[in-house]
Formats: sequence, structure tokens, C-alpha cells
Amino acid sequence: MTTSLVDVASSDVTLRGFLHGLPGVDRVGADQRAAALATRSIKTTAKAQAIDLAISMVDLTTLEGSDTVGKVRAMCAKAIHPDPTDTSVPRVAAVCVYPDMVAHAVRALAGTGVKVASVATAFPSGRSSLAVKVADTTMAVEAGADEIDMVIDRGAFLSGDYTKVYDEIVAIKAACATAHLKVILETGELATYDNVRRASWLAMIAGADFIKTSTGKVAPAATLPVTLIMLEAVRDFRLRTGRMVGVKPAGGIRTTKDAVKNLVLVKETAGDDWLSPEWFRLGASSLLNDLLMQRQKLTTGRYAGPDYFTLD
Amino acid sequence: MSKASRSDAERPSRLAVRKTYKLFIGGAFPRSESGRSYVVSSTKGDFLANASRASRKDARDAVSAARKAFPGWSGATPYNRGQILYRIAEMLEGRRAQFVAELVEVGGLSAKKAGETVDAAVDRLVWYAGWSDKIGAVRGAANPVAGPYFNLSTPEPTGVVAVVAPEDPLLGLVSVVAPVVVTGNTCVVVASERFPLPSITLAEVLATSDLPGGVVNILTGRTAELAPGLAAHMDVNALDLTGVGDPELARRCEEEAAENLKRVLRPSTPDWTVEPDITRMTAFLETKTVWHPVGI
Repeated sequence: MTTSLVDVASSDVTLRGFLHGLPGVDRVGADQRAAALATRSIKTTAKAQAIDLAISMVDLTTLEGSDTVGKVRAMCAKAIHPDPTDTSVPRVAAVCVYPDMVAHAVRALAGTGVKVASVATAFPSGRSSLAVKVADTTMAVEAGADEIDMVIDRGAFLSGDYTKVYDEIVAIKAACATAHLKVILETGELATYDNVRRASWLAMIAGADFIKTSTGKVAPAATLPVTLIMLEAVRDFRLRTGRMVGVKPAGGIRTTKDAVKNLVLVKETAGDDWLSPEWFRLGASSLLNDLLMQRQKLTTGRYAGPDYFTLD
Repeated sequence: MSKASRSDAERPSRLAVRKTYKLFIGGAFPRSESGRSYVVSSTKGDFLANASRASRKDARDAVSAARKAFPGWSGATPYNRGQILYRIAEMLEGRRAQFVAELVEVGGLSAKKAGETVDAAVDRLVWYAGWSDKIGAVRGAANPVAGPYFNLSTPEPTGVVAVVAPEDPLLGLVSVVAPVVVTGNTCVVVASERFPLPSITLAEVLATSDLPGGVVNILTGRTAELAPGLAAHMDVNALDLTGVGDPELARRCEEEAAENLKRVLRPSTPDWTVEPDITRMTAFLETKTVWHPVGI
């Protein structure tokens, strides 16, 4: 691997050559490594720290056809004060909404430090023309989104048209201007771990600021081995180029235990540098309530009940 | 050795297959997540078995299972709940011999007394099964009001009930669980610490009686370890302290239960052989009153 990454995307042949030249993923090994790290026991003060860190990493998400302005406003209020009865609970990292809801979220979150992320590019399938995808992105950026979550064209990726995927990411990156770009690989549709590694590198070479596992609309979503492979990819990418790229597992992370497992994975794979909301996010909605319930258990000693937290 | 020369006396004796007593949570029989167990002895002091010693986390899992089962069970028709309770009685009747033998071995009862106890437990289930679709008529009312409204009060289940079962391992257990679940509550039961084995055998009956998983969850272990955690749990709606003998522990449980205003039942030591009344059912019911305009 002596080719400089600048030249990698210069032609279809070099791009394919580079991606297929990446070492293959040992499927059994990756599953075992993720499972072994998931058994680590995190208790008491370490658990309290992990919970607060996880809360500060949450991208609080609502991506439903039934989203209303009221629901987005309520979610923004929760993002600022996840537990209104306890001011020591940190803010979440961002809220994640559809492009037409960005303006409402921006208004609700002004001056709070909570970022507004918007999905774009014909989310979740990505089946539209590049012009539509760019227009979708521009609309969200102009409405004030700090971060754009785009989906890759999985159809093109699976049929081997890597250049099309690359060009789309570059075009959306340009449309993002100053907004951060998160690239959703939708690993549940990529079939193999080798493809996850290739898609991760492809997105990073094309300029992604973050690589994200899933839309949350396809099962399986963010499994631990997939997150492990993506963390290895960002670690190796930094060693190669010096540029840091963030990782965001999304979908299927529902319990505090899941969140803590992800944090262990980050620490052991990518390293401490990634243990901040700037470089690692958890895309979730129901996770936050479980984190708050566990936090309350640690502070009061009694198990919390869902009756005492907001329904969302 | 040729086959023909081997006599019956030389044949190795058959290996004993002994039952592992586990917990009953969400319709399944898991071991305690803590991996702990404790020795259960007969009244004569002989070793009987190792029972699972549930931890606070097992109790939490049991509460989650009970909460998950609550919408389905409380939403089932009273008729359906009654049929299922009746089915439990049928299954218990079918295993009469097993329970009699177990009560003799564990509790040191005579065979005659044990037989009477099992019969009484079956009858108790049938008695409560009959109440399922009648308690609404007895405890509900069409209230007369000064206006063109129907005003209807109906009893509703409280939610998840934590039950500390009395020492009587079969009749006592049935007498505290049946009135809780027949009205649509779900429960987490801390079985008798001294006689846990028949409780787990009863769980096998419950598991084969069409009772949805999670409606009754049975934990074995130390009452003093499990009861305060359940009393403090914010997702438990009511607490039955029948089996708590230690007054200091009972007081502590009541204090913990006050945090989220649980309904608490702390009866004096009851005689389980006496025909019950409806107080155990009404202790875990709440009354909902609805106003509805007449003629619409």
C-alpha cells in the first residue's frame, strides 16, 4: 500500500484496486473480539462516568413520517435538559431530524450548544438523482443544520460502481460547506464485513467527517462487530493520513449496557482520543431514557421506573 | 465379559437424575445471574437440594418481565383470566401425587395432611377463578348523580405487585398469588426462604397452564436481601408483606415503599386453611370512575 491516498480516487481502476487491496476481515475473529470486549464489567464510579459520557454523546433522533413540529420541540427541550429534575445531567450532543424540521430545531436549540443534525440525500434509501440529493442537502444546510447525515448509494456500491459512490460523497461534501458530513454506510445492507471496511475507507477518502453505521430503518443496524471494524478503519486512516474521522453507531442501541459496550470498544480499538462527543456519537432515541434510569439508580440507590421519564 | 454371563447384580445401578431448582422469570426458568445457590434442608435437617439464591438484579429482571406482561394480562377479559386460573387448578390436580410427596419430604407433613393441603390449594384456585368476572360487579357501581350522566365506577388492577410469600410453601403461596393475578395484576413473588422447593414446582404448573410468561415470576433466596429492593423499586406499584416475619424488616420495606406511594398490605398472620374473603383482591384494586353523557 504505497499509493498516496490523493491518487487513489483518480480513476475507477485505482479506486477499485485500493479498496480490494485492503486486508480482508476475519469474520469469526471480529465477532469474537467484539464479544470478548462486551463482557467487560463496568461498575460504580466508572459506570457513572460512562453513563454521563454516553449521554453527552447521544444524537437524539426522531425520523418518522409522523414527526410534528411539536414533537421536535419537545425533543429539543429534552436534549437540553435530559432530566429536568437533575441539573447535573449533561446535555446530549445533537438532535437528528429530517431536513424540513431543521429550522424548528435550530430555533429551539439556539445558544444551548446542542448541535442540529439533519439526514439528507433521499434518506433512508438514497434512491434519487444526485441533483435531488444535493438540493436536499442544501435545503438542510440553509435552514441551519450543523451536521448532515447522508446515505451512500448501496446499489452502486454493491454492483462495484465505487466511483459513483465516491463522486456523490464529494458532491454532498461540497454542498455541506461548513457543516460536518456524516456518511451512513447502512451496514445491514452491505452483506459482508469486507464491504463494511471498503465502504468505510471509501467514505473517508471522499472526505467524510464521520462514518455512521445505519439509518435505523434496516435490521440489523449497529452491531458491535460492525462498529469494531469501522473503529479500526478510522484508527488506520489516521495512522495513514493524520486526519481523524468520527464514528457513529446508530440503530438498535437501546440499553445502557449496549452504550457502555460501545465505549469499551472505542477505548480499546480507536483509543482515548475518540472518547468525546466530537469524535464518537450514539444515534438513538429510547437509549436516553435507559441511561437516565441507570443514572438515577446510581444516585438514589433505588431502581427507577419508566413512569418518571418522558415518553418519546 | 460376554453378554450372557452378566447377571443383574453386576449391572451398574442407574444414575440418579435430580432436578435443578431454578428461578421462574418471564415464563422461563433461568439460574440466578449471580450464580449463587443455597442449601435447602428438610424439617429433620437432611439435605434436600440446592435452590437458586436470587440477587437484586434477578429481582429487577423479574419486575421488567412483570411490567412487560401487564398490558396483555390486564387487558385480557376477566372470563379469560378466570379460565386460566381454573386451568392452573386442573394442572395442580394432575400433579397431586408429586406435591403430596414433596410436602411430606420437605415440610415434614403426614401424607394425610399433605393431601388435604394440596386439595385446599386446588380449591383455593377454583374459588378465586370464579371471582374473576364477578369482582367488577361487587366492587364497581353505577353511581346516582344529579345530572344527565352515567357515572360508572369500575375496579382496575394496580399494576406490578411485589409479593413476599408466607412460609406455607403451597397453600400459602397459592393464597397470596391467586388474588393478585385474578384481577389483572402481574407479580414478582419472593418464595418462602425456608421451603422454596414446592414454589418452584408450582412454577412448573404455572408454566404449563396458558398463563402468559411474566404474569407470575417466582424468586427463591433471602427475603431480607430481596424484599427491600422490591419495596424501593419505582416500577413496582404495590407490595404484599405477608411473608415478612421480622417487624424491623417490614417497617423498612414500608418506608421504602412510601417513596412512590405503593399500596402496601401487611396483614396479621393469617390461617390459610380458613375460607378467604375478597380483601386480598380488593387490596390491589383501584377504582376508576367515568362520567358519560346520557343519550349520546
